[in-house]
Amino acid sequence: MATPVMNQAADQAAASTRTVTLGKSLNLGLRAAMEADPKVIVMGEDVGKLGGVFRITDGLQKDFGEQRVLDTPLAESGIIGTAVGLAIRGFRPVCEIQFDGFIFPAFDQIVSQVAKLHYRSQGRVTLPMVIRVPFGGGIGAVEHHSESPESYFAHTAGLKVVSCSNAVDAYWMIQQAIRCDDPVLFFEPKRRYYEKGELDVGATPDPLFSSRVLRTGTAATLVSYGPSVKTCLESAAAAAEEGTELEVIDLRALSPMDLTPVFESVRKTGHLVVVSEAPEEASLASEIAARVQQECFYSLEAPVLRVTGFDTPYPPSKLEEDFLPDLDRVLDAVDRSLGW
Amino acid sequence: MSSPEQWTHPEPGVGPAATAATPTAEQVIAGLRATSEGGPELVQLLTPEGERVPDSRWDPYVADITAEDLRGLYRDMVLTRRVDREANALQRQGQLGIWVPLLGQEAAQVGAGRALKPQDMVFPSYREHGVAWCRDVHPTELLGIFRGTDHGSWDPLAKRFHLYTIVIGNQVLNAAGYAMGQRFEGKVGDDDGEATMVFFGDGATSQGDVHEGFVWASVYDAPLVFFCQNNQWAISEPTERQSRLPLYQRARGYGFPGVRVDGNDVLASLAVSRWALDECRHGNGPVLIEAFTYRMDAHTTTDDPTRYRLADELEAWKLKDPIERVRVNLVRHENADHAFFDEVQAEADQLAAELREFCVNMPDPPKERMFAHVYEDGNPVLAAQRDAYLAYASGFEGGGH
Repeated sequence: MATPVMNQAADQAAASTRTVTLGKSLNLGLRAAMEADPKVIVMGEDVGKLGGVFRITDGLQKDFGEQRVLDTPLAESGIIGTAVGLAIRGFRPVCEIQFDGFIFPAFDQIVSQVAKLHYRSQGRVTLPMVIRVPFGGGIGAVEHHSESPESYFAHTAGLKVVSCSNAVDAYWMIQQAIRCDDPVLFFEPKRRYYEKGELDVGATPDPLFSSRVLRTGTAATLVSYGPSVKTCLESAAAAAEEGTELEVIDLRALSPMDLTPVFESVRKTGHLVVVSEAPEEASLASEIAARVQQECFYSLEAPVLRVTGFDTPYPPSKLEEDFLPDLDRVLDAVDRSLGW
Repeated sequence: MSSPEQWTHPEPGVGPAATAATPTAEQVIAGLRATSEGGPELVQLLTPEGERVPDSRWDPYVADITAEDLRGLYRDMVLTRRVDREANALQRQGQLGIWVPLLGQEAAQVGAGRALKPQDMVFPSYREHGVAWCRDVHPTELLGIFRGTDHGSWDPLAKRFHLYTIVIGNQVLNAAGYAMGQRFEGKVGDDDGEATMVFFGDGATSQGDVHEGFVWASVYDAPLVFFCQNNQWAISEPTERQSRLPLYQRARGYGFPGVRVDGNDVLASLAVSRWALDECRHGNGPVLIEAFTYRMDAHTTTDDPTRYRLADELEAWKLKDPIERVRVNLVRHENADHAFFDEVQAEADQLAAELREFCVNMPDPPKERMFAHVYEDGNPVLAAQRDAYLAYASGFEGGGH
């Protein structure tokens, strides 16, 4: 009897599993969230008829109508400020900020209202809204299209911040973020939109605010999130060819961070390299370094090293390969840590 | 409502305005003056001398107001002013950290507040103590903000009166979104429809959020009344520093009606607000009201108006006092006697005494409040920080440190 049951389960998994890009996975996740809850609305610039400049919201307006997928006027503070009012009214707005560098007109509303309203109202008003932000570089864009502003939001009490790194997580995390009763900044690694994954929509996802060990190793630990997770996995694969086994952890949740797996890993390896595209100073990488030295002081065999973007404005795109952490810079940091 | 085209296309009718593409010096001056003088388009039903002025357009909106109703409006304004003066005194005595006086703006706020229906939603700025009164937010519930014990203690959803918003103009976008939601839910279109009213000042009209609020509300046909109290001063800056054009005329550029009302005339404020809310609840929003009034006291108790404006300006506005003109009207038409005025005064004094008693006995907030309600779904990192601090702080208890 066992064999047919297993086959049946395998068949079901096969039936519900498909190969999708990260971008398509977000689209499917948004669709599932809108089907599950009529209060979920999508709003942003060009998200309706066009389906978003990255097509993440493709087809949603056609199927859910113009009152649930809003092509908004072109003003980011307006998008977020009206979403606050809609959330007070009982909607669950999912706002798209077209590019990372365009979020700053909305910074006031996000920091002054979105982050604080639940606190100011002593819990009487919840703001279950998601702010989607395609972020990071590597696409050869003009300025303001390649930034990594996540630290500003992680620094702001009252906001939750997450970032997906792969197609499978994208599907689940966007739905979990929409279900979350707190406002969530959802950072999407735009240069990974076309990376593919095997999505099983019948699977059970991990909790939203949990990090995950993607590859186990004993020599050193790499921690990253968003677009540079793939860089870390490639670095670990290259290191393995030379006999160095690196552990790779995808942070996933940037605020609050789930650092327990990181602490456990560092206690095992004694070496930590944090990888992120954002500039180094006052960054999430710095926060991780501080907390790891606090929790794992006697386990560390070397200082925590950070491989990040530089403390410059995002450079012209012909220079972005130098700006962005790549395999060589990651492995160089690993070598420096191991040789300390 | 008249057709949108009327508001979108024709030139302004009467009234001074520097609306030409290349205005002459005279037009500019006329425009500047129009930002600080009422002008011929000012809606007024009760003169500063208490004379009832007939007005065929606006009278229908207050035709049902009886002498008793007018006494009620008078009472609202007297109580509101008494609360305001008591709170101002409490700040002077060190019981409040700061107070934001509404002195002089009672008619604008009570007129608007009494025009609201229970189903309507309100987004105030931070000076709307008179509107709060009309929404049954007790004056004691305002004190925590100014004593530093909380950021607002009333239930904004139950009272349908949002928390005070201090960042200038933020609430205008929040209100636009709320009103969009009312429309999306199909709650506009008849006499029982819902509307939203948002309050902001002349200074706020320079904010991008207010501009964006005008845009959003208009393109989504949101049932939103923009209630701008032009009290002539944004701390030290006169309205001329915010606009060359009378503020109500800005509505034309966004494609919806704008009306300037005498903000010191409670009947006119009530009439215009009722009309505007009716337009919105029937699906003809948004509407802009500019309530032309005067901030008779300082911006806040930390401000010193003698540094930037002349005393004779205040003296001129005292002659247009919002409460006095109603009192005169009630007396002249024998609609109120001495006993009534004495009763209201006694009630006001009683309310002030309650406010004082409540204020001086407000307990300091527990340390836990700092950490409470930052998140709805919790945050283990913050929880650990809270536990560590509370454990640390408990070490000082009873130790006389």
